[in-house]
Amino acid sequence: MRWLLVAVLAVPAGGALLAAFLPTKAGQVAGTVAAAVALVLSLPLYRDSWFSYGPAAVRPWHEVDLTWVPGLDLRFHLGVDGVSYPLVVLTALLTLLCCAFTLWRAPAPGRGHTLVALLLVIEVGILGTFLALDLVLFFVFFEVVLLPMYAVIAVWGGEDRAHAARKFVLYTLFGSVLLLVGVFTVVVSAGTADIVALTGGGELSRGTQIAAFILLAIAFAVKSPLWPLHTWLPAAHTQAPTVGSVILAGVLLKMGTYGLIRVAVGVAPEGARWAAPALGILAVAAIVVGSLVCLAQTELKRLIAYSSVGHMGFVLLGVATLTTTGIQAALIGNVAHGVITGLLFFLAGAIKDRAHTGELAQLGGLREQSPWLAGILAFAAIASLGLPGLAGFWGEAFAVVASLDKGGPLWTTLAAVAAVGGALTAAYFLRLLRRVTHGPAVGALDPPGLARAEVVTWAPLVLLALAVGLLPALVLGMAGDPVGALVEAVRS
Amino acid sequence: MTSMTQSVDHVALLPAYLAAATAVLVLLTDLIVARRAAVLAVAALGALATAAGAIGVGLGDDRQTFCVPGACSFVANDRSALVATLFALLTLGVIALSAATRDVPPGEYAFLLACSMTGGVALGSAGDLITLIVALETLTLPLYVLVGLRRRTVASAEGAVTFFVVSVVATAVTLLGAALLYAVSGRVHFATLATGLPDLPLTGAAVVLVLAGLAFKVAAVPFHAWAPVAYDGAPVPIAAYLSTASKLGGVVAILYAVVDGFRPALDLTGPALAVLAVLTMTVGNLVALRQTRMVRLLAWSSVAQAGYILAPLGAFMLAEGRTDEALSVAVAATVAYTVFYVLLELAAFGAVVALRPGDDGGQIADYRGAARAHPWVGAVLVLALVGLAGLPPGLAGLFAKVVVVRSLLDGGAGWLAVVVALNAVIGLAYYVRVAAVLYGPSAETPRTRVPWAVAAALAVVTLAIVVVGFVPQVVLDLA
Repeated sequence: MRWLLVAVLAVPAGGALLAAFLPTKAGQVAGTVAAAVALVLSLPLYRDSWFSYGPAAVRPWHEVDLTWVPGLDLRFHLGVDGVSYPLVVLTALLTLLCCAFTLWRAPAPGRGHTLVALLLVIEVGILGTFLALDLVLFFVFFEVVLLPMYAVIAVWGGEDRAHAARKFVLYTLFGSVLLLVGVFTVVVSAGTADIVALTGGGELSRGTQIAAFILLAIAFAVKSPLWPLHTWLPAAHTQAPTVGSVILAGVLLKMGTYGLIRVAVGVAPEGARWAAPALGILAVAAIVVGSLVCLAQTELKRLIAYSSVGHMGFVLLGVATLTTTGIQAALIGNVAHGVITGLLFFLAGAIKDRAHTGELAQLGGLREQSPWLAGILAFAAIASLGLPGLAGFWGEAFAVVASLDKGGPLWTTLAAVAAVGGALTAAYFLRLLRRVTHGPAVGALDPPGLARAEVVTWAPLVLLALAVGLLPALVLGMAGDPVGALVEAVRS
Repeated sequence: MTSMTQSVDHVALLPAYLAAATAVLVLLTDLIVARRAAVLAVAALGALATAAGAIGVGLGDDRQTFCVPGACSFVANDRSALVATLFALLTLGVIALSAATRDVPPGEYAFLLACSMTGGVALGSAGDLITLIVALETLTLPLYVLVGLRRRTVASAEGAVTFFVVSVVATAVTLLGAALLYAVSGRVHFATLATGLPDLPLTGAAVVLVLAGLAFKVAAVPFHAWAPVAYDGAPVPIAAYLSTASKLGGVVAILYAVVDGFRPALDLTGPALAVLAVLTMTVGNLVALRQTRMVRLLAWSSVAQAGYILAPLGAFMLAEGRTDEALSVAVAATVAYTVFYVLLELAAFGAVVALRPGDDGGQIADYRGAARAHPWVGAVLVLALVGLAGLPPGLAGLFAKVVVVRSLLDGGAGWLAVVVALNAVIGLAYYVRVAAVLYGPSAETPRTRVPWAVAAALAVVTLAIVVVGFVPQVVLDLA
């Protein structure tokens, strides 16, 4: 099983090389096949077990631990457990869908094989981040995604792509360099970079933990993005090509929230406890501000982008409670947001391609012109606003519950305000639906029907949104024990 | 009165002999054969022989010569072998890049390069301040002429004059410092200086003067203004030499002086070097943002890089209770960063030469779409720039930044680590701008042929960058 972990990274990397050097069509096919193989390889990583022995709070199902650069405490240490497994599979799935989608229609200016190659490199970076059990390795993989994503936005993006891409790369590099400083603050004082050994705080002093947590939290907050460090996100999303937006919202942002849980909270629990009230307040502010901004948006992709800010607020609120319920809510919120927002961006891209505009004022009457598109959009929007029975519900509801459970005036207030924010979310998504699907037909959609490729790429996401909604145990079941162990390690 | 005759260990001197012989042979070849290719070939072979000689001597036992009781002026050990090999290989690379440089007299050009290499080779073995300064001047002196060697350009002459005036002043400052140090202590050898210096204000002044003079050589702010003018006026391969070999010379000199000689006096310099490092990286990066000429941008970026190189030593000099362990961490970080940097910088300049063979660096706008006409060379330039910014896929550059940040945090200078980190963000802003231009839409640019020597040099450097990117431990073991 150990080779499987390496193969999950090596296959997309090899696929990227093939895609880059083969001619356009062949390269795209080779890349898509590599993405498919990576997905197939990632599935059997699952193991239904939890070792009850051993003191460590992180107990990976499978591990690879090789020396790489001893001089920098860098080991090639990979592992997968219940916290990372759903994200790994989601990443592999979304990349496959995006590659397949590109096979059908590569955005202007074409050169689909290069785009596929970049998507695969991004996949390697994201998977590596989720799998890394060495802090320095985590940082290296975290950095890998930066420039390929920049290129995806800068080459295949909309009219204002150069500016948006630049903003994205500089902003997120700012986060990354703080991560570098944070990581080595921990590594230098602990003398090891092993996440397994470091989880729970180990021997780190309170001061070091607080310093490290501040650095790491800002770094991950930029990536997630958490309000008020989110300003790169709307620009990047609005300009990025459809597949870029899907990857960005679906899984790239999850590197931030995953890092917050696994690295920031895990390695510097003292710091996390110290900062928890501040994080909670920021989270609720993000929920409210994100929702209010969404209510005022006039552009489809921008609205969906800002909705991410609100959803990430719920995730952060869950993390900030530092309880089992809260962190579980954050994890399932993460996965649900990846699925639903991925789908939403696919739909927004399809609508913009057909109507040649994303302005809500110039859209309308979708229900009459293209009932299927309207139906799926309604489904995704309702899933996103957190209707019970769909994926979005669990993360938001249980973040509020966890905050209430924590008790005390602060957390009760936060829970109440977050619940109001949830209602606002419903308000802006319903406004979106009213404008786009129900309003009078404004422009013409061409073509009105769905292409087969679109059906094929969207279907898995629709099904997953339903499945996770009806059976949250799909995610929570495997995450329960590792999260419990983490919370215990953080408390003590 | 003991006898004044000394036995000279010629084996220790072998790399320096080989380098000097290269210079002489080049001159003779130019006289007898008078063919451009022959001259460059002899210079290249000489550089290769020098590298081989340095490695050979380095593999043997440590040697020393020109000794007085307790100290020697010329030492041959692992460290000197590393420095000499680096200089010889850099010279070899620059000679290969010069294959397309047509507007210079080849004989003089290759001769001066070989002379400069001799200085660099000797520098690694310096055991006292005087040998150090003489070696450094031997390294720099030929460069004044090389910068101004291009025919029919005012920029070239302007660059040479600026470089000459500034550099001579710098040398004078360093010499003044060395003289003052001799005045207070009666010593010039590092080994004897390190045993203790009198705690006088004059000692501090002397140390600061020596370091300030050496800071000119690495183009550290505020002693940096010559660099953009000189780089831009020089033939591009010489700009490559200035930003790699010449800068390496400055770094080696500072390391030797600080680590070997001035340790007892470091308290007297206080935060000087740390402040210098912060200023250098910040000013270099900020000014680079506004550059429109390619070589000037690279020049300012190399100013900024000097800041990262100096940072670990600066942090060490700040720290309370300087231990040997902390020193070795700082030195290792400096050496490792310098090696990574030199490789990336050589690749960047090499790619510029390959894209515009025989021409000057030109405007950045002239490179629009260049990566489409020359996909491989364009990719190498982007790899080098991204590496200098410290991001994957330039893993070599990423690990270089990691080494420095780690050493700073290890040395307790967290704030300096944050400054380095934030500077990396500013740096990326201009590196990524150039990379975007390279892949921008272009009017059809005529596809020029890349000379084979340039292509070969570029390929070797790129291979080295890729290898040390995946196996950085090789470089860390050297340091």
